Amino acid sequence: MARKKKIENKKMVRIYIMGKEYLVPAGLTIMKAIEYAGYRYIRGAGCRAGFCGACATVYRKLGDYKLYANLACQTTVEDGMYLVQLPFVPANKATYDIEKVKPDENAILQYYPEVARCVSCNTCTKACPQGLEVMDYIQAALRGDIKKTAELSFDCIQCGLCAIRCPAEIAHYHVGQLARRIYGKYMMPKAKHLQERIKEIEAGKFDDEIKKLMKMGVKRLKELYNKREIEGEAVESD
Amino acid sequence: MYPKEMEKSIRKVEETRQERLKKLPERMTAKEREEILKKFHPDYRKGAKRKLKVGVSKGSILPNEVADLIEAYPLIHPDEIDLSQIDYETDILIIGGGGAGTAAALWAYYNGIKPENILIATKLRHGDANTMMAQGGIQAADKPNDSPAIHYLDVIGGGHYANKPELVARLVLDAPLIIKWHEDLGVMYDKKPDGEMITVHGGGTSRKRMHSAKDYTGMEIMRVLRDEARNIGITTLEFSPAIELITDEQGKVAGAVLFNMETEQYYVVKAKATIMATGGFGRLHIQGFPTTNHYGATADGLVMAYRAGAKLRDMDSVQYHPTGAAYPEQILGLLVTEKVRSLGGQPVNVDGEQFVHPLEPRDVEASAFIRECYERNKGVVTPTGMRGVWLDSPMIEMIHGKGTIERRLGAMFRMFQRFDIDMREEPILVFPTLHYQNGGIEIDKEARVLGKNGVIAGLFAAGEVEGGVHGKNRLMGNSLLDTQVFGRAAGINAAKYVKKAKIGKLTLKHVKKYIEELKKAKIKEERKSPVLLPDYRGEKAVARMIDIF
Repeated sequence: MARKKKIENKKMVRIYIMGKEYLVPAGLTIMKAIEYAGYRYIRGAGCRAGFCGACATVYRKLGDYKLYANLACQTTVEDGMYLVQLPFVPANKATYDIEKVKPDENAILQYYPEVARCVSCNTCTKACPQGLEVMDYIQAALRGDIKKTAELSFDCIQCGLCAIRCPAEIAHYHVGQLARRIYGKYMMPKAKHLQERIKEIEAGKFDDEIKKLMKMGVKRLKELYNKREIEGEAVESD
Repeated sequence: MYPKEMEKSIRKVEETRQERLKKLPERMTAKEREEILKKFHPDYRKGAKRKLKVGVSKGSILPNEVADLIEAYPLIHPDEIDLSQIDYETDILIIGGGGAGTAAALWAYYNGIKPENILIATKLRHGDANTMMAQGGIQAADKPNDSPAIHYLDVIGGGHYANKPELVARLVLDAPLIIKWHEDLGVMYDKKPDGEMITVHGGGTSRKRMHSAKDYTGMEIMRVLRDEARNIGITTLEFSPAIELITDEQGKVAGAVLFNMETEQYYVVKAKATIMATGGFGRLHIQGFPTTNHYGATADGLVMAYRAGAKLRDMDSVQYHPTGAAYPEQILGLLVTEKVRSLGGQPVNVDGEQFVHPLEPRDVEASAFIRECYERNKGVVTPTGMRGVWLDSPMIEMIHGKGTIERRLGAMFRMFQRFDIDMREEPILVFPTLHYQNGGIEIDKEARVLGKNGVIAGLFAAGEVEGGVHGKNRLMGNSLLDTQVFGRAAGINAAKYVKKAKIGKLTLKHVKKYIEELKKAKIKEERKSPVLLPDYRGEKAVARMIDIF
């Protein structure tokens, strides 16, 4: 059938939202393009800045066999994109009492035994819009390397694209979450200065000074503020 | 990849880089700060604010966009809601599933409330909140050269001495305890090998007390809290925002009417205590600014609480974050964390010159950017006509060594890389963006909401929706802290409160009264609120929409 819509100027691109064709301005993100076409999000939009994983999108391009995955808010539309967003990812999260989890090499397998089903196909890594080495952290989890699982998964925004693509039905992003909590709680060294400070606060060490500040007039506060000493900006190595 | 014209300016930035490494511009004096704010900060623009005509805080000054929602009619008339049929009965209803709401839920649980008697109702998904997007860090005075008193002075000076002292005191004294709680839950804070927290400066801090988890600090905190709430089994209703509070005959807050956005039905929630944790108002686009805020930041809680008698404070000041992305267009207004400056990235103009100290308080820093672009005409102009200043990110690796940007600013690096800009090699373009609701509903240090006659029984608030903690200007790292300190306070105090609370018959009397007041003030019935979500549909599509289905 002859198409009725014509591209008015070359700055428009043709996209297919769940199969339906729309013309949208080039240069928009997928999210803004879908809105431009007349959709109003309830699901599928969250932070709109690449931090929350609400806008996981899968698409194919005209004439290209590949299935792509990305975030709608962080990807520019291209001519010929066939788009669909994931409204929700069904993936079971293990429930655990973090106080009772033992930080040993079996910790993750105990809660997510399906990790052992990983066939190293790397599809999860390819699907990750953050560009994380997802398969590597699943393999690390399998070996009981909690530190590596935690570190490699740290930038995970939990969009679920890995889990939806995995032939072994692993919920990678939940695995990463458990690893990070175990690592953060049991394996990273505790901050001693923090414990010291809490003791001092509990002993009321700062109460008088704070009370004085609370009662202080603006004039005196201003004086104190304006002449307060500012810790050197010298670079600290880390 | 930048367009040619912008590349030319980048060459100038590169030329001055070595010199600039040696010296920073002086910080402004108090007087200079005052002057630049008056002349350039959007808060001082004429015609952008107005006096409220109705309610407890009648006469106070608000941005027009917020006043429009306060002076608006409810989404549905109270008579259309059947309060006799209760869908959920709970001890504590928490409205909002962000950092404050989730912290409140956990602390209510620690204080003896069963998970099945806590209900989180949230507009989008659990965790869809500005908390998730907070990059730079969270403040806590936990180093030997620092103290809560020094933190106090930074907060109140940064807030222009308008802050409510009891709230500041609680904020700074509880801060270390919050970090410890997070540490125990397994939050992966950036640490040195011996466990010492890696801390840096933020704008307006006098000590390096910014704790971080790379530049995903808020996300790391949020996902751990959410994971914990899920482990405990706290009930959460997603895509079900509150649209009105419910009161009993004595005016105590006794729950809320929720709206299931997908099925479009309402639910009646009867609760002994209600915690308002709905966040701020960035998506109202005050003065047309782009925003860093998440999709649901539309001031719903402010509107509902005001109808129930909550006082407002410090609503006349709005926070514009100095560094919103100004290029490329796709990420316009999105947050570029202050940590880029904490780590040594300097703001420079089109000629590669320094023009302001990188770490002035946010309102001052933002004003200096506006001055550079619009008075001195030293901004960089993008192909779409946006103006901005450079943030010289490659300096970070000159100072801290190669690999620092990927390691400590992974989110920023990724965001720009997605659009073919390598911030390790080239600077990034920034301009102020709407960031934070400085003021809000007034609370006391126990997170109880205050009305005309003191505490409004049954209503608590935490996080961006409340005001007073930050006065007229919030410092970096104090908003995450606010959500946690006052979320915790709200959870603890609501748990205490419900042990004795008794509620009478459910009513929406306060809404009816509010409608009468609107009518008396001759406000036309053309606006309804809360708005729940912004509307970004294309004009062409909207023009042909028909409401028949």
